[in-house]
Amino acid sequence: MLAYVIRRVAQSVLVLFVVGLVAFAMFRFVGDPVDNMLGQERTQADIERLRETLGLDQPFPVQYWRFLGQAAQGNFGLSYRQGRPVADILMERLPATLELAFVSGLLALVGGIALGIFTAIRRRGAAANAIMTLSLIGVSLPTFLIGILLIYLFSVELGWLPSFGRGEVTGLGGWWTTGFLTQSGLKALILPAITLGLYQMTLIMRLVRTEMLEVLRTDYIRFARARGLRDRAINFHHALKNTLVPVITITGLQLGSIIAFAIITETVFQWPGVGLLFINAIQFVDIPVMAAYLMLISVMFVGINLIVDLLYFAIDPRLRVDRTAGRGT
Amino acid sequence: MTDARPASVPPPPGRLRRAWQSDFLWSFRRAPVAMVSFLVVTVLVLAAVFAPLVAPHDPFNPATLNLMNGFTPPGQPNAFTGESFWLGTDDQGRDVFSTILYGMRISLFVGFSAVLLAMVLGVLLGLLAGYLGGWTETVIMRVADVQLTFPAILVAMLIFGIAKGITPPEYRDQMAIWVLILAIGLSDWVQFARVVRGATLVEKNKEYVQAARLVGRSPFAIMTRHILPNVLNPVLVIATISLALAIIAEATLSFLGVGAPPTKPSLGTLIRIGQEFMFSGEWWILFFPALTLLALALSINLLGDWLRDALNPRLR
Repeated sequence: MLAYVIRRVAQSVLVLFVVGLVAFAMFRFVGDPVDNMLGQERTQADIERLRETLGLDQPFPVQYWRFLGQAAQGNFGLSYRQGRPVADILMERLPATLELAFVSGLLALVGGIALGIFTAIRRRGAAANAIMTLSLIGVSLPTFLIGILLIYLFSVELGWLPSFGRGEVTGLGGWWTTGFLTQSGLKALILPAITLGLYQMTLIMRLVRTEMLEVLRTDYIRFARARGLRDRAINFHHALKNTLVPVITITGLQLGSIIAFAIITETVFQWPGVGLLFINAIQFVDIPVMAAYLMLISVMFVGINLIVDLLYFAIDPRLRVDRTAGRGT
Repeated sequence: MTDARPASVPPPPGRLRRAWQSDFLWSFRRAPVAMVSFLVVTVLVLAAVFAPLVAPHDPFNPATLNLMNGFTPPGQPNAFTGESFWLGTDDQGRDVFSTILYGMRISLFVGFSAVLLAMVLGVLLGLLAGYLGGWTETVIMRVADVQLTFPAILVAMLIFGIAKGITPPEYRDQMAIWVLILAIGLSDWVQFARVVRGATLVEKNKEYVQAARLVGRSPFAIMTRHILPNVLNPVLVIATISLALAIIAEATLSFLGVGAPPTKPSLGTLIRIGQEFMFSGEWWILFFPALTLLALALSINLLGDWLRDALNPRLR
């Protein structure tokens, strides 16, 4: 067990190291930051001064070393575009993304498990079939089209919900801002959360359904029926419990992709999170923001993957043999 | 020989006829969903390939554009010029039907090229990893693992961003299409590599491979001539599904403004442009490109689904 944990942690550190290298290479070799920061009217003295301020006159290994040291402290320098510390900009935007990801993750999990159980139990029912067909279309529908469709329906045609922004936000404890406490904040959250959560919900639903069908065929379920237990007890107590192991893995891994797909949702709804920041950074080749976002999201992904693997390992005693578990796509 | 055959014996079935009766096409003829999807894909691909012949207007030739034609609703004559457009026009008076055809051309070109790149790269690396083993395998599969930690679309965005930073600003619009292909292709090779490696590990211990090795064929020849043909079925299935994903990925990137430029709009760019007019009531500028993208992605997906079942011998 200990050897497994150590190996997984070492792997995670290695991934972070590789990502750090990519991030540094971006800093060092992509574009000329001085070009990006200074306008058309600049003198040679301006250029030299800025190069010095940014540390670009130092030799390569020195820059690399400084990059690692600074990155470890969460310092990614100044944004080329905004001229402010990248860490400050990211921290400002992070609560918006985390709140959105949390709500859509919850939606996907609750909705996915509920619909999965329903479609598995009423396997031949008309409603279950309709849900399955809809989910197939849902998988083929690109996230941004779902967002546009929802905006068209609920903002343009019905006028019920706002089509962009976060509504009114309240500051909490210095740096965290939340939209949970105001009515406009909650209303603004609905459409983006559905857009982001829908794809994951169909995925979880299909997974729960498949696992449930598999479990419902097993002998111990048949035995439970023979004992005369109620359907309710069998479905929820005996069957569901045994379907949850793969669901936890996939959900954990999907949490990472929720944060990544938030980029798309945030752009559609102009949601002021880190994803929108990243897209704007790509459009304007703002390398420090791109690199910092990359590092931030890698730490999240690697952390989530690690926790999921260890969790998987903890809840399923059969896996306590030597193997690398739970690496999905 | 043929002359000597008595007239009463029917000639042996021709190539086409035998192909028609093969297992593969038999299951195709039994799957209405697959047939409809195939039809939709064929029509769309042909329309895109022959766009210059099919399209009623050339949307990118400023000489033929009339700004007065802007915002013509579909099927109705324009209030000023009296011209009528099947699917309406956008803000600059470009015929929406024609822009969709040209846009689909770019979407399909990027999709096919990206999948081709991913396939060649993935199959090659998968074969090398599976056949050679050792540190080659370790390095390739470790890289694949690291890349799999991140969603493909994020990797594509990152590659696009880096490539954009490297190309000089004046070439960015021209290079955008190629950068897109590179970004999507490089973000998608892992699937191919993993499957091919797995299949190669199974195949390389079979007798025909040992025989090839005994007669002294080179490892490269064994990989490409002997093992490759036997692992192609799953590759074909992944390629079809990857094509749908690549088209969606391209549309997504272009929609986000980090893909095909407005001067060479793909379906995603058209949707991005159309979204601006959603609030003012010009729904057709958004609706028709979106519908085309959906039809394309959905039918390729369904075709891939069917192909997976048809090529899987266990399901026959």
